[in-house]
Amino acid sequence: MDFRNRDVVSIKDFSKSEMDYILRYAKKMIPYARGERHADVMHGKILASLFFEPSTRTRLSFECAMNRLGGRVIGFADPGATSQRKGESLADTIRMADAYSDIIVIRHPQEGSARLAAEFAASPILNAGDGAGRHPTQCLLDMFTIVMEKKRIKGNRIVLLGDLKYGRTVHSLAYALSLFGAELVFVSPESLRMPKEVIEECREFGVDPVSTSNLERAIRDADVLYVTRIQKERFPDAAEYNRVVGTYRIDADLLRHAREDLIIMHPLPRVTEIDPEVDKTPHAVYFKQAFNGVPVRMALLSLIAGGRKI
Amino acid sequence: MKELKIQPIRNGTVIDHITAGQAVKVLHILGIPGSTSSSIVSVAMNVRSRIGRKDIVKVENRELDRHEVDKIALIAPKATINIIRNYEVVEKHRVELPDEIVGIVRCSNPTCISNSPQEPVKSKFLVISKDPPRIKCYYCEREPEDIAERII
Ligand SMILES: [Zn+2]
Repeated sequence: MDFRNRDVVSIKDFSKSEMDYILRYAKKMIPYARGERHADVMHGKILASLFFEPSTRTRLSFECAMNRLGGRVIGFADPGATSQRKGESLADTIRMADAYSDIIVIRHPQEGSARLAAEFAASPILNAGDGAGRHPTQCLLDMFTIVMEKKRIKGNRIVLLGDLKYGRTVHSLAYALSLFGAELVFVSPESLRMPKEVIEECREFGVDPVSTSNLERAIRDADVLYVTRIQKERFPDAAEYNRVVGTYRIDADLLRHAREDLIIMHPLPRVTEIDPEVDKTPHAVYFKQAFNGVPVRMALLSLIAGGRKI
Repeated sequence: MKELKIQPIRNGTVIDHITAGQAVKVLHILGIPGSTSSSIVSVAMNVRSRIGRKDIVKVENRELDRHEVDKIALIAPKATINIIRNYEVVEKHRVELPDEIVGIVRCSNPTCISNSPQEPVKSKFLVISKDPPRIKCYYCEREPEDIAERII
């Protein structure tokens, strides 16, 4: 399996066995991610971290991963400070960053931006979110969390909850989970149902997802509850957003219906979707999930640009 | 009457069986007439045929390159290309969509980077189905619903 110098724009850039390999490799990275062991596979390498829109969690996770591997980070986190504000094209910014670094992480508000960046950079591009588009490292860390908590993805009953229409990262997740043989239940308000094309894609892998708006019922036999954020900026109009926001709230009362070993995931930051009292229950794994971003990104960085393997 | 509408040409290309109403868009996609071309071009629209109405385009003294013409399958998937030499059809084939469509269709996603005027790229689509034509944006991976409306 060869990951050298590869771009990671979409989760579909990887085959199933490649994803499997990354997840297994990420597991090896855990003691390094915790700082219990030291690695220097990125020694002498520079990561350009280009955040054209803010995403503190993703940025810190990538930068932490690079530092833990002994590499260095340059870049920007404040879109106001970039030359794009002065009308420079993304292509030109990427050419510049390419000259200064060995690997580039990009977060950009426009869909397709990471694919465009990959066309203009000789160094590998890692997509850290392109607007409402794709976010493959989030997808991998979500899969990794399920594997860590439930041993495998296959056979688990996974509820995806929230805005299943506009949030495209949840489409990629549904794709990847069906590829690995999960049972899927899609819970959303009527107006935010999972698009037909995504359901068809799941069916191609022999998964037949159930769509419903009844969370209380869906949670009863679920192994995993994946809560998404309903993001205002993804909605075409504010009225539609106001109608659906706050439809679902995960609290102790709801969890009375859940199995003891149900795990609750959330890509964070959360707003009101999960009551803070849920945090102390054994169901809550979203903080572990956030940490899991580090070993997964370490695995990717070292497979793609590392000097040698751990 | 028929003779008047569709006069044979001596040398050149006849594009037949174009979906009725699409002839002008077909010419647009092919860049005909180009600024450097002096070919005589004739267009017949809404011509009656066995399978309903169709448009026909004739370009004299110019043999269109097959791969170039294949792009029109986007809006006229049943079209046929006839190469004429000395009044004889020497080559005939039905158009077939290529695997990639570059610079012809604009992405319907307003937040797609390919719609940003400052970026030095042309729109690019991957063909996911040839008949009926279905394409998806190489950049944002979205599928435009009405391809004919999106032609640049
Ligand atoms: Zn696009």
